[in-house]
Amino acid sequence: MASLNLLIGVCLVYVAVLFAVAFAAERLAVRGNSHWLGSPLIYTLSLSIYCTAWTFYGAVGYAARSGLEYLTIYIGPSLVMVGWLWGVRKMVRIGRSQRITSIADLLSSRYGKSNLLAIFVTVLAVIGTTPYIALQLQSVTLSFAAFAATDPSVAMPDDSNLTALWVAAGLAFFTVLFGTRNLDANERHHGVVTAIALEAVVKLVALLAVGIFVVWGVGGGVAETMARIDASSLGHWEMASGRWSGLIFLSAAAFLCLPRMFQVLVVENDDESHLRTAVWAFPGYLMLMSLFVMPIAVTGLAMLPEGSNPDLFVLTVPLAEGRTGLAMLSFLGGFSSATSMVIVASIALSTMVSNHVVMPIWLRINGTGAMVSGDVRHVVMLARRLSIVGVLLLGYLYYRVSGGGTALAAIGLISFSGVAQILPALLGGLFWRGATRLGALCGLAVGFALWLWCLFLPSFGADVIVPARVLAEGPFGLAGLRPQALFGIEGIDPLVHGVLWSMLFNACTFFAVSTFTFPSPMERLQGAQFVNVFAHSNTPRGWQGGVAQSEDLMIMSQRILGAGQAQALFRNAAQQQGLPGYLPEPTAEFLQLLEREMSGSVGAATAHAMVSQIVGGASVSVEDLMAVADETAQMMEYSSQLEAKSDELIRTARQLRAANEKLTQLSVQKDAFLSQISHELRTPMTSIRAFSEILRDTDGLTVEERGRYSSIIHDEAIRLTRLLDDLLDLSVLENGQVSLNIRQGRLDEVLDRAVAAVLQGGGIALRRDRAAEAILLETDIDRLSQVFINLIANARKYCDAAQPSLTIAVRQRDRVVTVDFIDNGSGIASDAQEVIFEKFSRIGEGKAGGAGLGLAICREIMTRLYGTVAYLPGQGGAAFRVTLPARALMAAQ
Amino acid sequence: MAETKGTVFLERRSYRQRRLADLARALPVVGLLLMLIPLLWTQGAEDGTRTSRAIYWIFGVWAVLVCASGLLARGAERDEAAGPQPTRRESGGPPGRPGP
Repeated sequence: MASLNLLIGVCLVYVAVLFAVAFAAERLAVRGNSHWLGSPLIYTLSLSIYCTAWTFYGAVGYAARSGLEYLTIYIGPSLVMVGWLWGVRKMVRIGRSQRITSIADLLSSRYGKSNLLAIFVTVLAVIGTTPYIALQLQSVTLSFAAFAATDPSVAMPDDSNLTALWVAAGLAFFTVLFGTRNLDANERHHGVVTAIALEAVVKLVALLAVGIFVVWGVGGGVAETMARIDASSLGHWEMASGRWSGLIFLSAAAFLCLPRMFQVLVVENDDESHLRTAVWAFPGYLMLMSLFVMPIAVTGLAMLPEGSNPDLFVLTVPLAEGRTGLAMLSFLGGFSSATSMVIVASIALSTMVSNHVVMPIWLRINGTGAMVSGDVRHVVMLARRLSIVGVLLLGYLYYRVSGGGTALAAIGLISFSGVAQILPALLGGLFWRGATRLGALCGLAVGFALWLWCLFLPSFGADVIVPARVLAEGPFGLAGLRPQALFGIEGIDPLVHGVLWSMLFNACTFFAVSTFTFPSPMERLQGAQFVNVFAHSNTPRGWQGGVAQSEDLMIMSQRILGAGQAQALFRNAAQQQGLPGYLPEPTAEFLQLLEREMSGSVGAATAHAMVSQIVGGASVSVEDLMAVADETAQMMEYSSQLEAKSDELIRTARQLRAANEKLTQLSVQKDAFLSQISHELRTPMTSIRAFSEILRDTDGLTVEERGRYSSIIHDEAIRLTRLLDDLLDLSVLENGQVSLNIRQGRLDEVLDRAVAAVLQGGGIALRRDRAAEAILLETDIDRLSQVFINLIANARKYCDAAQPSLTIAVRQRDRVVTVDFIDNGSGIASDAQEVIFEKFSRIGEGKAGGAGLGLAICREIMTRLYGTVAYLPGQGGAAFRVTLPARALMAAQ
Repeated sequence: MAETKGTVFLERRSYRQRRLADLARALPVVGLLLMLIPLLWTQGAEDGTRTSRAIYWIFGVWAVLVCASGLLARGAERDEAAGPQPTRRESGGPPGRPGP
């Protein structure tokens, strides 16, 4: 016979193996070798936490009591998974794209990140799961007792409560150790999931082993077993049709709403494509789990004495046959079922409690909230650990209060119907944009209240919480409010009755209130996001960035995400914005990203609240809504802004290029000018030096020679002086420092003076029209005559005709006077015409050796006098036109 | 001509993919109906349908559902690997539920 000590030893070894597996898996995941861990097989096996001790022990008991009805519990989830395209896929996609951490988080996110709703769902989930955890405690306690009964050496303590307490404490310790190793729920508990997958294999193998033993070892084959089933008290189809269909619906609903199922189905999902395997493999798993239940139940009923607990047939049938090894395996299977359920359920619940209840309260108590120094992560961790202990304690209390004698399946169904109250709000949120927060709250409240009254409170048994009189006659004698016969309608199965009324009123309230209330902008945004998750998987802009201090955000997120991860996040964001260092601009996109990262640690509502404490509130304006609704318009606006900006840039660049060209030209001109100047100065200086050296060093020079050399030196000195004078003159003119001596004078007199100055010795024939020249001027007469002198001197110097002549033609038209100087030479080549007014430009080898500054000076003078001087082509020789403005004319003429 | 043939081939593939998705959507509905058929069976401890027959029926339907959904999921996966999956149709809810 098996000793109890051996059993406990095996249990501890098994737990140690599980822990080692979980530890190794986490190590592998950290090293990045998680491709095997993240395989669809592991995902499917982890879904099998649906099969708890209820399935392992309870299903046989259920079958022994009610025949094939136990199958409804597995048909419902199978259909849900087979129909994954309807809802499961959408839930997983939303969970991944919104970084959802729990079912409460999903509803809170969907309904405008409402924390009130999250708290409500959390409370509902905790209360709904409590009987379920009690069920696990009860099953493990019972299985210990069953083993102890066969071990004469150990006297099992009469008080099974003590065993249950030890089991609860052990499970709490185990879960805390397993489940709160890392904070970000979206980092996924690789270790836990792998351990659960192993447990899934153990419980399947154990149940199959017992089943095969019963069918082929005891029963003698399939046909004989079937015949025995037909011959037993369960041999004919006896089914309350309401229960058959009602339980299929209930189990399908619970599969979607149970916090632990949501945890493994959505939160721990590594890859959406794993669903493809799970959709057939999970129903297959469920089918195998339920395959041998009926044979075991019938064999147990036939073999064991009347009054044995049918919930323990899986264990007691092998024990009765003396198969201790098989019984041990079976015990391990049941132990696996119970532990895996408790671990995942309490992880899921503790996440919900810490994110939606503890953190908001903590933030409120610590007034300044997110800005308090210290690591928030410790608070979150502590909250989760305490929540795990609390959840298990509640389960233990339920076990104590309910007396531990109820059928496992009955307890489980109470639990199912409790969490199924979430279904209307969940499906409404996923598929109906009109669902509102108030509608969800009211629906949940009504459904929850009815569930409490009709199912939960009576589940403890008469007179424990609800007095037997109230059960029979209704509160205050109101027969219409009897917990198991509302509105006086009797004869419905109590469970179907409770599920029917609670779900009906829940859904109707939800739809009615949703229809007649108006959602807030945030709700509408989130609603559109959730319902149309496949159309666009990005989030709307909720934050008005710019007010936030990046540094404050950094301090806060370091405490939630951990320093390394937060810094990496900020650095990446800064890099994407093209900024150096660790502090990105708090743009709407960045805040969105940050909020979503943090919601993986503390839940959407808390993350939202924390960011809003720093940013100063998220505002969703009508503009935001419109911007989201019409992203195309937004994009177009943005691109037109870009276009305008780029046009502006092109213009600026063009202006810069022009300025640059001008500067380059000026620089070239300056260089040319300097080299010209030095050349011009050098030539006369060379001859002055040479001739003065001759005068100094050569003896016996004749007076005539000395005179000639001296006059050369004198001429060159004069030429230098003239050059310097010209330069000075030009520089004065160019800098605008010249002071004009405006006075009246006659044009013909000015011309006379100029001609007299140049043509003293004749040399060129002059033609003038004195009548046209009789014009009175008011200008700088001396400067004007300087221009004329220059032009006449040029003509005398450069006119290459055999009999040179110069025509001076004066014309007055439209109060503008033009004076043309036209000679009969060969003129100036057209390519040279452009440059003759530039400094140092000379045409041909100058006979008189001018410096080439004359015309440049002329142009500057005329500019000062508000007139012009220009070359006049096509006159049969070189021709210059001087134009004098009207203001130079005497008005009184 | 070769280009035209290629286009036709791709459209045909995505068309078939959508029909496979339709089939996958219909599968749970058919499965539910088949699972509800036991409601029509005769009841009673004496002349009710024998439990062994019920077991054969229910587990038979179950096995067919598992195999069919497995084949459909495999088929869709192969198609997805060969070409992009259409995402336009997926945003709708189940029939009878008020749409957005």
